[in-house]
Amino acid sequence: MTDAATPMPGATPGKRSSGSLLELDARTRKRNAAEARFKIYGIIAIGIGLLFLVALLFAIVRNGTPAFTQTFISIPVELDEAKLDKTGNRDREEMAKVTTFGYAPLVDTALAKALADKGIENPFEKEKDLRKLVSDSAASQIRDVVLADPALVGQTVEFRLLAASRVDGYMKDRVTRESLARDKNLDAAHLDLVDAMADKGLLAKSFNWDFVFGADASEKRPEQAGIGVAMMGSFFMMLVVLFLALPIGVAASIYLEEFAPKSRWTDLIEVNISNLAAVPSIVFGILGLAVFIQFAELPQSAPIVGGLVLTLMTLPTIIISTRASLKAVPPSIRDAALGVGASKMQSVFHHVLPLAMPGILTGTIIGLAQALGETAPLLLIGMVGFIASNYPDGFTDGFLSPNSAMPAQIYEWAKRADPAYYERAWGGIIILLLFLMTMNIIAIILRRKFERRW
Amino acid sequence: MSASIIVLIVLALAAVGFFVGRARALATAGGEIRRLHSLPGYYGYNVLIWTVVPALLVLILWLVAQPMLIENRVKSMIPEDAYADSGALSLIMSDVRRVADGLDMAVAQGVIGAGEAESIGPDDIRDRLAGVGVALGSDVSESTLAAAQRYRAMNATGTMIRSVVILLIAAAGFGMAYMRTGADFRARNSVEKVSLGLLIGAASIAILTTVGIVLSLVFNTIEFFKLYPASEFFFGLTWSPSFGGGSELGILPLFWGTFYISLIALAVAVPIGLFAAVYLSEYASPKVRAVAKPLLEVLAGIPTIVYGLFALLTVGPLLVDIFGRDGAIGVNWMSGGTAVMTAGLVMGIMLIPFVSSLSDDIINAVPQAMRDGSLGLGATRSETIKQVVLPAALPGIVGAILLAASRAIGETMIVVLGAGAAAKLSMNPFDAMTTVTAKIVSQLTGDADFASPEALVAFALGMTLFVITLGLNIFALWIVRKYREQYE
Repeated sequence: MTDAATPMPGATPGKRSSGSLLELDARTRKRNAAEARFKIYGIIAIGIGLLFLVALLFAIVRNGTPAFTQTFISIPVELDEAKLDKTGNRDREEMAKVTTFGYAPLVDTALAKALADKGIENPFEKEKDLRKLVSDSAASQIRDVVLADPALVGQTVEFRLLAASRVDGYMKDRVTRESLARDKNLDAAHLDLVDAMADKGLLAKSFNWDFVFGADASEKRPEQAGIGVAMMGSFFMMLVVLFLALPIGVAASIYLEEFAPKSRWTDLIEVNISNLAAVPSIVFGILGLAVFIQFAELPQSAPIVGGLVLTLMTLPTIIISTRASLKAVPPSIRDAALGVGASKMQSVFHHVLPLAMPGILTGTIIGLAQALGETAPLLLIGMVGFIASNYPDGFTDGFLSPNSAMPAQIYEWAKRADPAYYERAWGGIIILLLFLMTMNIIAIILRRKFERRW
Repeated sequence: MSASIIVLIVLALAAVGFFVGRARALATAGGEIRRLHSLPGYYGYNVLIWTVVPALLVLILWLVAQPMLIENRVKSMIPEDAYADSGALSLIMSDVRRVADGLDMAVAQGVIGAGEAESIGPDDIRDRLAGVGVALGSDVSESTLAAAQRYRAMNATGTMIRSVVILLIAAAGFGMAYMRTGADFRARNSVEKVSLGLLIGAASIAILTTVGIVLSLVFNTIEFFKLYPASEFFFGLTWSPSFGGGSELGILPLFWGTFYISLIALAVAVPIGLFAAVYLSEYASPKVRAVAKPLLEVLAGIPTIVYGLFALLTVGPLLVDIFGRDGAIGVNWMSGGTAVMTAGLVMGIMLIPFVSSLSDDIINAVPQAMRDGSLGLGATRSETIKQVVLPAALPGIVGAILLAASRAIGETMIVVLGAGAAAKLSMNPFDAMTTVTAKIVSQLTGDADFASPEALVAFALGMTLFVITLGLNIFALWIVRKYREQYE
């Protein structure tokens, strides 16, 4: 090639015919522009993808974090003996006859008294109007405390009561004065009162452990609902998945990778596994409904059924990753074991399997994470549509009694009409994602730490 | 004896067997390990396996078979004029079971003596059982009560025979394996044979799952088509189930919704995913790739319920703000947050990493020599990609898109939350429509009775869904595999 800086002999500068390599002709410029455009399309595509990710995470964090705080009203409540224990002998069974309706007036009086003590003017004539500030659960909360310790009757005890969900929403800017105009439950006077109470320290937001560890609540009491029981349901399901899918998946992979002869049967199994991995999850739900509930008559909504369905769903994932990590163990390991007299089975179980274990565990954790977030099959086996209100007592109960699961609980909340439940649903997603993140980070650490390059 | 106690006894026996077998092998060899054929542990395992495996296999079979056998025998006791069809019979049978369970409970609590449970009359049974907390709906007829008492008796004998048989099998296995244990016995070969059998069994579970799926779909679908004509199901234009009867269950509106939503999802995911894949594999520096690829794949790891909620609560209202009444661009196309557009858009986001990582793999599989040849002829990089790499990778990319389409068709949570519930045949992407998967959920959630066409239709929908996604998957995998072989 000639030196680009020297013009060619007999050429006129400025035009294509000049042949100068320094100056681009129109066509080259066009081609270069197309090149640059194409590259920018790629960058834009990745940018859009990442933008979606950021938008999603932003929506989750912004809408979900309020669920972790809750407004509480701290007031002294006088436990009036005349109302709670008429006979006065502190007999627990007799006192249990007083229902929560009997306790509700205590809350009203206590609220009115607390307002008067702090010098806040009470704009309501009826005490019942005042009660709307407090959650419906307040009466049963007091009742539980009293029944647990009857000696408290007659004393004045400081209680930390849940504020009603609309009051809570107002404190979190979810409920505005405009949106209240159409709301029969609360009016502007209530909100003025809430402002005053917050000023005097009667009413404050604090971290809400009950959301993380509590049980679900009825449709009208979003302020009381928590995801703890559903978390237990998910936990028991994951136990089933772990103790079934891991051994079965590993055994199946060992057979297919190490022992299986090339035959029709093996081919069939392989095709089957790759297809099962792509079957829509809802179909597994139908399978669970027809086989485990209709045919085997296992209890509906039980975590064991959910666990079985999710096991079948995660098996292909675990088998595929286990086979990959078995394949990664070099043949020389097997040859050496066979060479010193081990049987085929011994070479696999004593040498290949331990070396493949980190990879298998990584795959299993990722499979579990997938199972933990799966919702659709759980809808079909009945893990939604009821209030998961009790922690299972004991181990067998945990597997067999109806429960919800974290994603199913989130779905359940998303379906309820009250916007206060939407906040809980987002909050539930934060907890779910934290679990998934932890599991994936553990998987990554395992892989980094134990991955061996042969 | 309950099944779990039997299992515990068998396991305990097996644990004893391990040590006894091991000790006997060592004893016959005079304490010299070298004289044994296998390592001593194998003799122990041999006894253990022979004790546990046959006994537990029989136990499992027994647990499945006994209720079916007893049910059949008891069914014949119910006079034929007591029920009109098989549905009524199954109702009676569930009554029988409830009465029998109630009697068991009453005896266990000591309210009724064991002898009295055999002779109690149909008149006072209701009150007596109500006393232990078993509520019986209707009056108990003579034949039902007799059947229940017979059911109880057969169950009791069955359970007793079961305990004896299982324990005998375990003991026999134990004894046989123990007797065979000796220095010359090839314990390792025997143990390995059984382990191989277990491995094969585990591998066959995949087949069993598929068989289970197909059977559970097929039987219920046939049941559905007995109640509802197949031609109206496949070609009907209206979907309006009503549990009171007289429902129209045409699948076409659901198909249209599924197809429309998947189309929008693919229109979002394919260009973005494909350009991202091209950029990542052809242009990006290793550093950018190491950051951007895992970040994009985070989108694939997020559970679908999250996308569903995102569609329902964020994207839906946002779209209404733009396209709805008083919206940003002043058109009144959209009336509610749930719409085809909402679900399609969000599903597209979910599918981006799916398309991008599959295409990335496929583009990377195109041999470097082809790129070098094109670049050497003076083509720019984008020209190389457009005219050499992409055509070469096209079959694989088509396969990837088909896989993404099958994912979109089978996706449930996003459409359940984001697409609405009305089955409509409309062209407006801002209308609420519904899909096959969403209707499977709505027909099967709640306490549906499985005999009505309105519930059974879900199985027919599931069957259709299964066949379509399976076909797409097999076709796509075939294309991808064929393409890979081309360059290997």
